[in-house]
Amino acid sequence: MVGPTAETARTPAGLLPVHVPAPAAPELDDPRTSDVDEWGRSEHTREIARALFAPIYDHWFRVEWEGLEKIPADGGALLVANHAAAIPSDAPVIMHGIETELHRAVYGLADELFKKVPVVGTLWSRAGGVLAHPDNAYRLLRHEQQLVLVFPEGSKGPGKTFDERYKLRRFGRAGFVQIAMRAGVPVIPIAVVGAEESMPTLANLGPLAKALGLPYAPVTANMLAFGPLLGPLGALVHFPAKFKLRVLDPVHFDVPPDQPRYSRSKVMDEAESIRQQIQEALYDMLRTRSSVWRG
Amino acid sequence: MGKRVLVTGLGTFWGGRVAKALEADPEVDVIVGLDKVEPTIELERTEYVKSDENYSILSRIVEATQVDTIVHTFLVVDSTQMRARTMHEINVIGTMNLFAAATDSSVRNVVVKSSSYVYGCEPGDPVWFTEDMPRQSPPRHRVERSLTEVESYVRDFAVDNPHVAVTMLRFSNVLGPELSTPLSRLLELPAVPSIFGFDPRFQFVHEDDVVRAILFVLEHDLAGVFNVAGDGLLPWSEVAAICGKRTVPLPPIGQGLVTAALGRLGVDIPPEVGDLLRYGRGLDSARLKRAGFDYTHTSAGAVRAFIESLRLTRTVGPDPEYQYEREVEDFFRRSPAVVRRPR
Repeated sequence: MVGPTAETARTPAGLLPVHVPAPAAPELDDPRTSDVDEWGRSEHTREIARALFAPIYDHWFRVEWEGLEKIPADGGALLVANHAAAIPSDAPVIMHGIETELHRAVYGLADELFKKVPVVGTLWSRAGGVLAHPDNAYRLLRHEQQLVLVFPEGSKGPGKTFDERYKLRRFGRAGFVQIAMRAGVPVIPIAVVGAEESMPTLANLGPLAKALGLPYAPVTANMLAFGPLLGPLGALVHFPAKFKLRVLDPVHFDVPPDQPRYSRSKVMDEAESIRQQIQEALYDMLRTRSSVWRG
Repeated sequence: MGKRVLVTGLGTFWGGRVAKALEADPEVDVIVGLDKVEPTIELERTEYVKSDENYSILSRIVEATQVDTIVHTFLVVDSTQMRARTMHEINVIGTMNLFAAATDSSVRNVVVKSSSYVYGCEPGDPVWFTEDMPRQSPPRHRVERSLTEVESYVRDFAVDNPHVAVTMLRFSNVLGPELSTPLSRLLELPAVPSIFGFDPRFQFVHEDDVVRAILFVLEHDLAGVFNVAGDGLLPWSEVAAICGKRTVPLPPIGQGLVTAALGRLGVDIPPEVGDLLRYGRGLDSARLKRAGFDYTHTSAGAVRAFIESLRLTRTVGPDPEYQYEREVEDFFRRSPAVVRRPR
């Protein structure tokens, strides 16, 4: 075919095709003044959070990653990790690590409990926290091809006591596998060592938790250790446990995306297999760990 | 033969705007407007019929005028303007009578203007509501209850009358130069109330896009439920910033007491708006866009258009108010002295 098409015109010399964009609908004027996205995340807030968290990440937890290159540079992926510590320290570590190393945003899914708390809920949202609703996760993964972090143990992970450390709880109802299947993205399991010791739960006050409407009300070693020194603030300070994270091989599901439902048994099997992979990786990492503090 | 349209709530902002827009459409032969109060904008050929608020004479009108399309704009979503009972009469009983009149009649198209309040506003809500998502908990506020009930009538009518194309439009928070809503009144204050520690994301739709959406579904004979909302969600603090105002945080606990105290000062924050100030709400507008509808304003654009026109009105004063005079309107419509040009 010769001659210019609607999409291409030619320079006067007739040598180089020049791309002429097709007339699109005029862009609507959108006078935004902040960088808060539709999910509530603000890159500006993240920058501040990373600057504040960097010393803790580098010098307190001394985080070490293994296999970070398995997280893709683009495209959606669902990051799945074990969850621990009464105030979970694993979520900020994973988000900080990936954002500084890979320069990709990470959205962390969490319970609606966060949203109800003034200030905390807003900061959490600006820092990349999103309510763990299946549709939220699906849109982030499918339409926006983002990285999404989820802890399938939910509050059962951080709520367990110290004697049960590194024993993975049930992975919910395997909803995360179903979402990854629908979104057509891989699940990337991450095993985290260190979070358990950063804030060990000695006992759980069940009735108090019930009265306060919280998933758990722990008595932590940190309260006892730092309490006399820092008062109530002591409950918020983590121990400087050495963090080691291992990214496992991405799990691709051999199913078409966007199906209304997937085989229940396949979903449960995949979830269980991912749980076991993380569990085995944890045991492997613990075998070679000579000290909780030095790694 | 062109369309014969009946518009409910002709005296309200939406009814008037829709009737005016329909007058410009040569495809529309007849426009009949119902309301208890007189039209507030100048209309050229719309026939105004005075009725009570729950339309007890509606079936006679439908029978007499043989309308084929009903545009039901008269649903109250601003709970600060009337008592619960009146709202129930207008929304629920009015809709019930409307559908009773439309059953086994000449009506082939019904468009209902509903609101995003039917989705509720809970901490566990998804960021985006699609048309098929149910609300997360039973309706808690009277506006929500009222609209939920209305929508159930609409669904029943659609099921019972498969030959009628029933369209339900759920509008996000509407802003514009002329409309007054609980949210727009908050933004008109010297400083904008917020709830301490909460900065939820809001979505808006410009009033022009509301009228255009109603005309669009009429023109394209679209049936079904459609969300109508501008692109983008923006934090309440940014909404205030675009308006060039500061936010005044209200205490996050004891909301009943706080809003009661503010009510005394003339600042009305109905409970459904209080929820929004905590958790916000987003509507997925993809379905109507896929049908070919283009918006003229984004969420942020609607806020700016609103505040700019507010500034202008504050400086040069509002447009002179239109006063309906039956004799004058009758003269223009029916007097042999008026020379009628073909449209």
